[in-house]
Amino acid sequence: MAKITKSPWLLHYDGSSCNGCDIEVLACLTPVYDVERFGIINTGNPKHADIFLVTGGINEKNKAVVKQLYDQMPEPKVVVAVGICACNGGVFKDAYNIIGGVDKAIPVDVYVPGCAARPEAIIDGVVKALGVLDEKQKAFKAAKKQKGENK
Amino acid sequence: MNDTLILRIISAVLYILLGGLFSGFLAGLDRKLAARMQGRRGPSVFQPFYDIGKLFSKETLALNHGQFVIAFSFLMLIVATGVLFFAGVDILLVFLALSTAAMFLVFAATSSNSAMSTMGAQREMMQMLAYEPMVLITAVGFYMATGIMNNGVGSFKIMDIGSNDLPAIIYLPGIFLGFLFILTIKFRKSPFDISTSHHAHQELVKGVTTDLSGRNLGMIEVAHWYENTFLLGVVGLFFLCNEWWSIPLAVVAVLVVYFLETFIDNISARVKWELMVKLAWGVTIVCGGLNLLVLEYIF
Repeated sequence: MAKITKSPWLLHYDGSSCNGCDIEVLACLTPVYDVERFGIINTGNPKHADIFLVTGGINEKNKAVVKQLYDQMPEPKVVVAVGICACNGGVFKDAYNIIGGVDKAIPVDVYVPGCAARPEAIIDGVVKALGVLDEKQKAFKAAKKQKGENK
Repeated sequence: MNDTLILRIISAVLYILLGGLFSGFLAGLDRKLAARMQGRRGPSVFQPFYDIGKLFSKETLALNHGQFVIAFSFLMLIVATGVLFFAGVDILLVFLALSTAAMFLVFAATSSNSAMSTMGAQREMMQMLAYEPMVLITAVGFYMATGIMNNGVGSFKIMDIGSNDLPAIIYLPGIFLGFLFILTIKFRKSPFDISTSHHAHQELVKGVTTDLSGRNLGMIEVAHWYENTFLLGVVGLFFLCNEWWSIPLAVVAVLVVYFLETFIDNISARVKWELMVKLAWGVTIVCGGLNLLVLEYIF
C-alpha cells in the first residue's frame, strides 16, 4: 500500500479567522515556502482531502459546517488547528458568540498556536500531522483487514 | 500473419502496459518543470504515482454504486481508444471511441447531486463542443494529406497515414497548430477553471471530479494518463512517414509539444474558460479551415 504521507492533500477552512492565519496558510504555497515539494496540494474539496486545516474559532454558525466538512472527508484523515483562535478561541474566547477552538466541533490531532501562526510553524504542524496520518492509515488498513476476515 | 500485423499487435500491447506509466512519469516531470518555472523546488517526479497509490488506499465515498461502474467504463473506453489507435485502425473510429469515453466522464459527474459536479458536467460538454470540430478536421486533414501523397487515394487508416513518403505535418501545419490549441483543453491544463483542471481552487471546486473520491478518482486519473499518451500519439502521427528518421523526429516533437503545453499553462494563468471556448472555434476555422481549403484547391 502506498504511503499516504507522500501525497497529503489539504482542505483549508476559515472558521471565524481575522484572515491573518489564512494569509499565512496561502503563503506556504508560494515559492518561498513551497509546500508542494512535500506533495501537498490545497484541494479545496473535502472528498479529495486527507488533512483538514482550520483557522479561526468555532461559533454557532460554522459548527455544523466544520462538522459536515469533516464527515465528507474519506478515512484516514487528520485535523490541524492553525492559529490560537482555532486552538482555543484566542482573544475572542470570552465573546458571547464564540464556542471555543475547533476541538469543540471535531477531534483535533495537531495544534499550531500563534497569532498569526507563521508559515514555518504551519508547515511544521502539517508535517507533524503526517505522522498521525501514517498511524491512522495503519489502523485503517488493520480495520479493513479485520472486516474482510469477519465477512 | 504478416509483419505489420505483429507490429500493430505489439504496439497495442505496449500501450496497455506502458501507456499509463509513460504519461504518469510525464505528469511528474510537468509538475517539476512548472515548479521550476515559478522558482519553486516542486514535488518529486514520481509524485503522480504516490497520489494514485494513495487514492486507491483511501476510503471510497460514493453516493451510488453506479459511480464505480461509470468511472471504470471511462477508463476502459479510454484504454480501448488508445489500443485502436496504436493498432493502426481507422482514425475516425478512434476519435469516435474518444468521444464516447468523454461522455462517461460527464455521466460520472451527473451521477451525483452536487451542484459543483453538475456544473462541471455542463462545462465539460461546452468544452467538448469547443474542441470536437478540430478533432474531426484533424481526421479529414490526415485523409487529404494521404490522398495528395498517394495520387488521390486518401485513407483514414492510421497505418496508411503513418507510412507516406513524407510526414503529414508538411501538408497540415495549420491543422497541427489547431490541434495544439485543443490539446491544452484535452490535457486538462489551461485555463485554470475548466471542468477538471489540475489546478486547485476554482469556483467549481474540482468540477466533474468533485464528488469522486478514493478508488473512483484514482481510476479517472489513470484514464487521463492513458488519454494523454494517446493524444501525444496523435501528435507523433503528424511526423511519421516511411523513413527511419521520422521516428526520432516524432519523439522529439512529442516532447517539445509537452514542454510547450506546460509553458503555455504557466504563462496563461488568468485566462478563463469562456475565452477559451470562444477562441477554440476561431482557431479551428482559421487554422484548420484554411489548411483544408489550401489542400483542396492548391494541391
